[in-house]
Amino acid sequence: MVNIEIDGKQVSVPKGGTIMDGAKEIGIYIPHFCYHKKLSIAANCRMCLVQVEKAPKPLPACATPVMEGMKVYTHSKQAVTAQKGVMEFLLINHPLDCPICDQGGECQLQDLAVGYGSSGSRYQEAKRVVVNKNLGPLISTDMTRCIHCTRCVRFGQEIAGIMELGMAGRGEHSEILSFVGKTVDSEISGNVIDLCPVGALVSKPFRYSARTWELSRRKSISPHCGLGSNLIVQVKHNRVMRVLPRDNEELNECWLSDKDRFSYEGLNSEDRLTQPMIKHDGQWRSCTWQEALEFTANKLLEIKDQYGSGSLGALGSAHCTTEELFLLQKLMRGLGSGNVDHRLRQSNFTTDQSLCGVPWLGTRVAAISEQKSILIIGSTLRKDHPLIAQRIRQAVKKGTQLNVINPFDDDLLVKLNNKVIVAPDEIVRALASVLKYAFEQREVNAPESLIPIFDSLQSDMESAALIAKSLIDNSPAAIYLGNLAQHHPSYAQIHRLALALAEITGASIGILGEAANSVGAYIAGAIPDLSSLSTTVGLYSGEVTGLNAVQMLSDASDPKCRAFVLLNVEPEFDTYDPYQALKTLQSADFVVSLTAYKGNVADYADVMLPITPFTETSGTFVNTEGRVQSFNGVVAPLGDARPGWKVLRVLGSMLKLNVFDFDTPEAVREKVFPQDMKIDKYLNNRLADMKINLESKESYVIQRIGEVPIYQTDTIVRRAQSLQQTRDGMSIYAWMPKKLMEQLGISAGDQVKVTQAGSAIQLEAACDEKLPDNCVRIPCAHPKTFSLGAMFGEISVEKL
Amino acid sequence: MLSAESLKKIDHEIAKYPEDQKQSAVMSALAIAQDEKGWLANETMNFVAEYLNMPPIAVYEVATFYNMYNLEPVGQYKITVCTNLPCALSGGNDAANYLKKKLGIDFNQTTTDGKFTLKEGECMGACGDAPVMLVNNRRMFSFMSNEKIDAMLEDMKK
Repeated sequence: MVNIEIDGKQVSVPKGGTIMDGAKEIGIYIPHFCYHKKLSIAANCRMCLVQVEKAPKPLPACATPVMEGMKVYTHSKQAVTAQKGVMEFLLINHPLDCPICDQGGECQLQDLAVGYGSSGSRYQEAKRVVVNKNLGPLISTDMTRCIHCTRCVRFGQEIAGIMELGMAGRGEHSEILSFVGKTVDSEISGNVIDLCPVGALVSKPFRYSARTWELSRRKSISPHCGLGSNLIVQVKHNRVMRVLPRDNEELNECWLSDKDRFSYEGLNSEDRLTQPMIKHDGQWRSCTWQEALEFTANKLLEIKDQYGSGSLGALGSAHCTTEELFLLQKLMRGLGSGNVDHRLRQSNFTTDQSLCGVPWLGTRVAAISEQKSILIIGSTLRKDHPLIAQRIRQAVKKGTQLNVINPFDDDLLVKLNNKVIVAPDEIVRALASVLKYAFEQREVNAPESLIPIFDSLQSDMESAALIAKSLIDNSPAAIYLGNLAQHHPSYAQIHRLALALAEITGASIGILGEAANSVGAYIAGAIPDLSSLSTTVGLYSGEVTGLNAVQMLSDASDPKCRAFVLLNVEPEFDTYDPYQALKTLQSADFVVSLTAYKGNVADYADVMLPITPFTETSGTFVNTEGRVQSFNGVVAPLGDARPGWKVLRVLGSMLKLNVFDFDTPEAVREKVFPQDMKIDKYLNNRLADMKINLESKESYVIQRIGEVPIYQTDTIVRRAQSLQQTRDGMSIYAWMPKKLMEQLGISAGDQVKVTQAGSAIQLEAACDEKLPDNCVRIPCAHPKTFSLGAMFGEISVEKL
Repeated sequence: MLSAESLKKIDHEIAKYPEDQKQSAVMSALAIAQDEKGWLANETMNFVAEYLNMPPIAVYEVATFYNMYNLEPVGQYKITVCTNLPCALSGGNDAANYLKKKLGIDFNQTTTDGKFTLKEGECMGACGDAPVMLVNNRRMFSFMSNEKIDAMLEDMKK
């Protein structure tokens, strides 16, 4: 530690720290623009000049390392003169257009100009003007205002991992731009809006819609990915105007993914359902809540009486609050049916009976940064978990080895230690190979049961051996199963193999939560079979069991369920096999959809009940690391929409179910999360049944890789216009490797007919050379592709 | 995109740096590319970026920083006049104005016959010789009085 004195106060700063670090430590503010705690030091704005004893001239606080006995004066005459001088220069070319600038009122330059600027300018010459750039649908530019702090450039290089913005030219001619005509496409690009200390980069969707001082700031939690980013939702006239990050060093740090930041547009969508509606003789009409709920209750009872309790099924999205999902499963179980599930895109449920707890990340999110080796299995990491990908990127820079097993070779914008890129149906074998090498390298005899499996694997797979080595040689190490692994038809095998690998290598194992409440949904009991959770961790007991999502939706000709309750679900986008799901729902006797949006609900439902999105209800999300985060509504419900928990509670009362006497969301919360609850006790990724067998593969000529596109994950983001216009939002193609294209006589840009399980669509073909030979990558959950079948499996493609 | 010969030269430059620091060769690579193509089109810069495994915008930053890189096609003779302070004090601006009048073009323009391009340049490290001019990034002309400019242009027109 180095002892220095700043403005007469003593402070110890670690060796190598700067004056700025010391000043922050003791709460002394030194004006600055280019300095940012998460970015490298540029020292190019010169605003943080301070006086240092014995130094011949003022020094930049952000870039001056501390030295023993240093005496610093941040507000001395010399320091203030220097700071004022810098401010005068900064203002020379800055337009004084604060009244029409979107940053007005929250602008660092404006704020500091009050303190360090003078009332008039001595500059008489012409000011420079810089042409605006089109950086895409999210970021709006006013480049004349730029003061060249290069925060946005450094953010791209250091945090986003891709340098999309740069500073061209020099001196007076320097300007921030992207390479000729390119847009900024990073999935966390919106952060440059927060970073920009002036009004040069502002939010395009928010632009000119409100002033910062008109907005009330309310805390909330992101309803999208499993990270549970902390949000500040800004509200004006009972309308969400924008979303900003709330610092939480353990989760989102000071960042937000673009999905979290811009999805709010979906909240104010035209498509919002604002009144209960009933279908009568094929005609939809709006009705009162009383009528809709009575009708629903009667219908459910009628079908129960006719076909038995087992004919009722409920599907809830893992983007729902824990309270909603708890009431949904209680409603079903109260009616005597265990048919309730939230894992709508999962296709393999064979581990349900052997769960030893609720699947979770396995470590704290913050602990990801401390891993020395990481293996990711089946994940479009940057798209599914933008900020976890960011965290891993920072870790890799500090030496963490990142390994992946994936069916595609997307650029993670980070150095990979090793990768195994194989077709989806080969992932299990690839993972088994890693396990085999891990046993060999540990010099442990593999269990009898595994030997025939290992013998059946192709020998020498060097990258698998290196992955095993990386996990063994480095501690701590972690294995994470991504969304794609969880959707995979052989998820049970992947999970078991990963567990075995974790055990032999000493790594931890984690399941990356797909949705904001993937862990919470288990805690709420929204799964059909609670028996294993009940025996292993004592979560619920004696609850009726039922069918999982795939079973409920399986066969339309012989439906297992006659009536469905859908909670925040769009079956055409949210299910593993949307083609099948829609058929089953359409043939069901009765479907009630609790939904915030009209969407295509009319195609299959009989009643629509308008519920509110996360901003209009209180609730709780349990993020992927098991962090319980409750939030309150930030605006009043739109129209006649009501919070989902309230709708379910009233429905429960109407059905005369006994546990439904909750008056407040707090009462429901108290029921799910009792005061003395230690959530860690319930989290465990182990499985009681570890029987590993490689099912004989079906042989596919061409197989599909179905991924959920970044901006199609849930109901809200699907309706966020600006996100839909980004490159990520627009790139819906049939991606094929070159070899396959040649084989089929297709070239990039051709229209192709894609056929899967009897249904066909037309798509544009595109080339992705890094895909395995017999794979076609077609995103699911998209209006262009939802009429196809399952996310994986046989598919055929022909040129049109 | 670039000829085998140019690529060989670029590889020679790359070899001067550690293997994982290919991008150190960006300035020479751009110069070699410009020698071949005459100027740096976006595609050329993109190619160099890909060749050196660096973001295109980072190449663009370098190419726009130094005015010896031509981001637009130039005439047969690119004359760069220094107008920095020492030159300016010793007639640099006058020389530039004389050239402009003589050629009938402004800075960053090319004569219609495609012969001359005029550029405003930064210090060439020869302040004692002011006014100085650099022709085609290679040849330096010192003490450029109007007569000497006339002679230079005459010579070039031949």
